[in-house]
Amino acid sequence: MMFSRFMAIMRKETRQAVRDPSTLMIAGLLPVMLIFLFGYAVSFDPRQFSVGVVVEQPTGETESLVASLRNTPYFEIKTASDRAAFETNMAAGELDAIIVLPQNFSTIALRGEAAPIQILVDGGDPNTAGLVGSYVELLVQNWLEQEWLARGQPPLVPLVSIEPRVWFNAEISSRNYLVPGSVAITLTIIGSLLTALVVAREWERGTMEALLATPVSPLELLLGKLVPYFVLGLGSFVLSVFVAVAFFDVPFRGSFLALSLAAALFMLCSLGQGLLVSTLTRNQLVAAQVVAMLAFLPAFYFSNFVFELDSMPLALQLLSYAIPARFFVSTLQTQFLAGNVWGVLLPDLAALAIFAIVIFAVCALLTRTRLD
Amino acid sequence: MWQRIYALIVKELLASARDPKTRWVVLFSPPFLLLIYAFAITQEVSDVTLAVYNQDQGNASVELISRFEGATVFDEIIYLRSDADVARSIDAHRATLALRFGEDFSRRLARGESAQAQLILDGRRSNTAQILLGYSSRIVAAYNEERIDRLGATPPVRLVQRIWFNPNLEPLWSAVPTLFAVLVAVVGFMVSSLSIARERELGTFEQLLVSPLRPLEILIGKSVPALLIALASASAMLVLGLLFLDVPIRGSLALLFLGMVIYLAAIIGIGLFISSLAKTQQQAVIGLFMYLVPAVLISGYATPVENMPDWLQGLAAATPITHFIVISKAVYLREAPLWLYFSHIWPMVLIAATSLWAATWLFRRRTG
Repeated sequence: MMFSRFMAIMRKETRQAVRDPSTLMIAGLLPVMLIFLFGYAVSFDPRQFSVGVVVEQPTGETESLVASLRNTPYFEIKTASDRAAFETNMAAGELDAIIVLPQNFSTIALRGEAAPIQILVDGGDPNTAGLVGSYVELLVQNWLEQEWLARGQPPLVPLVSIEPRVWFNAEISSRNYLVPGSVAITLTIIGSLLTALVVAREWERGTMEALLATPVSPLELLLGKLVPYFVLGLGSFVLSVFVAVAFFDVPFRGSFLALSLAAALFMLCSLGQGLLVSTLTRNQLVAAQVVAMLAFLPAFYFSNFVFELDSMPLALQLLSYAIPARFFVSTLQTQFLAGNVWGVLLPDLAALAIFAIVIFAVCALLTRTRLD
Repeated sequence: MWQRIYALIVKELLASARDPKTRWVVLFSPPFLLLIYAFAITQEVSDVTLAVYNQDQGNASVELISRFEGATVFDEIIYLRSDADVARSIDAHRATLALRFGEDFSRRLARGESAQAQLILDGRRSNTAQILLGYSSRIVAAYNEERIDRLGATPPVRLVQRIWFNPNLEPLWSAVPTLFAVLVAVVGFMVSSLSIARERELGTFEQLLVSPLRPLEILIGKSVPALLIALASASAMLVLGLLFLDVPIRGSLALLFLGMVIYLAAIIGIGLFISSLAKTQQQAVIGLFMYLVPAVLISGYATPVENMPDWLQGLAAATPITHFIVISKAVYLREAPLWLYFSHIWPMVLIAATSLWAATWLFRRRTG
């Protein structure tokens, strides 16, 4: 390997990258845009559910129940005396639930018998359905206790309640774990997609053969091509962390050095994947699609970033161990929100290092046979 | 003129069908992705490890813990002896949530006071945390009912809950309709956004330009095959969803296809716009990612549109994916009223008209 030849290739590649506006877009604009969207658009925080209350016969009791439902931040309450209109609204997805207080609600309740309340829940989104159902139950229970006390009767049975405490993230703000996770997406796009395109282009245009006919060795050539994108990726990483902490108030409790090491290892994995795909396909169109399927989508789905691995079928959980992003996202979230937890950090770093070595070993083997 | 367009359409279709790589990537991979990712986005929480730190000596806490043990969500329970252990197990992802009882838990209940159990949730997984909070509060509510029954008291209200559209709360039923909408968009973009950029980079574009075809004819000749290929791929996904994933289709297929043709017209318009803008395939791919990733994120795919700030909801309304997700969900699960379909079809007509016009304008300017 000769340093000057490597430097020459690297200089050429850097110039080419810097001159193409799309490179700057992907390294500078994309990470900021992703952080922005994960900061504002994507949120699993509790939202207001639209609930229709059908009061078939208004009385003091129904009024007080509706008022107590209105008083909570969870619901946006509409009332009607007939359920037909609400049922159409629920079919159109405009209402999440309908609570029906039947005609004889008050008479039954005053007699001390169990007055039936019907709740119809939209099952279109199972998680929402479950939450709405349990919120309504909880609120009706609270209302009952208060009614009971207001009538001067002692509470019947002492009840157990849960006091939830959310760690790392007191206000259950999903932003705090989505924003760190988005860094993995950015690095995957820069590392895998960009390099796959850049190397596949040389093959597709036939300039790869021209380059190989020069005194440049395959190693010098590939290193010269990859190093600029490695630097670009790390630049994006630093930018992302800065924007997340400075503008989005995401806490950073770990060590920046340790996280940078993980980012560098992950970047190597991504570059290796991109290189591998482009060597195999030699076609930009196919390379882009294969990278999207084998690197980008898995980084999104199988990394615990947006979708929880715990809730997937076992086969997919096992598959996730073959995806470097899984280990990087775990380190990102822990370093940002929990701090230096060595029990998480060390296995992640080790896994990323093994991935990087394996991917590059496979690349080296393939490139040698395909280039010679 | 129609003859020339027809010839170009046939040529494009043949070119895609004959290239085995394109064939695989465009026709077969989307149904395959539907199969895998439908299971991935089902956000049903299961196999959770619960940590318990019990300082209480009485029966009540033991009873309540046994109710948690009985729940299918929790597949392992670990018993801890100090707050520090709780902290360590949550930190290291050993446990997803922890239940903590104070010393006086049973004593308070015996005295007739209400008692609290502390539930510690992992905020790094705020979605799971919320779902688990829901599960746990249902377990506690059931336990309370049991206590009321045991003491022979009647609660004054009986809640009857009924779930519509998806009575067993099958997670796949909600995952497949949204995923279908997104994958149709991905196919539409794949077949349209690279087409012009690819010809431009490979130099075959000049050959098209010196042919008798006019710019508008080239665009029509590029978009019709894209539409046909995407429709074929979408039909394959629909069949797959019915046969292998058992997700019922309750609404009208005619309305679904009407919506889908307009949806794809909008997607292809945007794809061709990106393609005309790009000088190289690399720029087209990057342009596509810069559009597709944010568009999917704000479309209501992962989280509800109503959760977003107003100005983002406005942007979401300008994205065809947002509208087609509603239509796809409506056809799959609900028998939605007709006005719902049209209230989401006309915005897509607008987007399609605008994007196709913009693509033609840009294409003319750049070939001019």
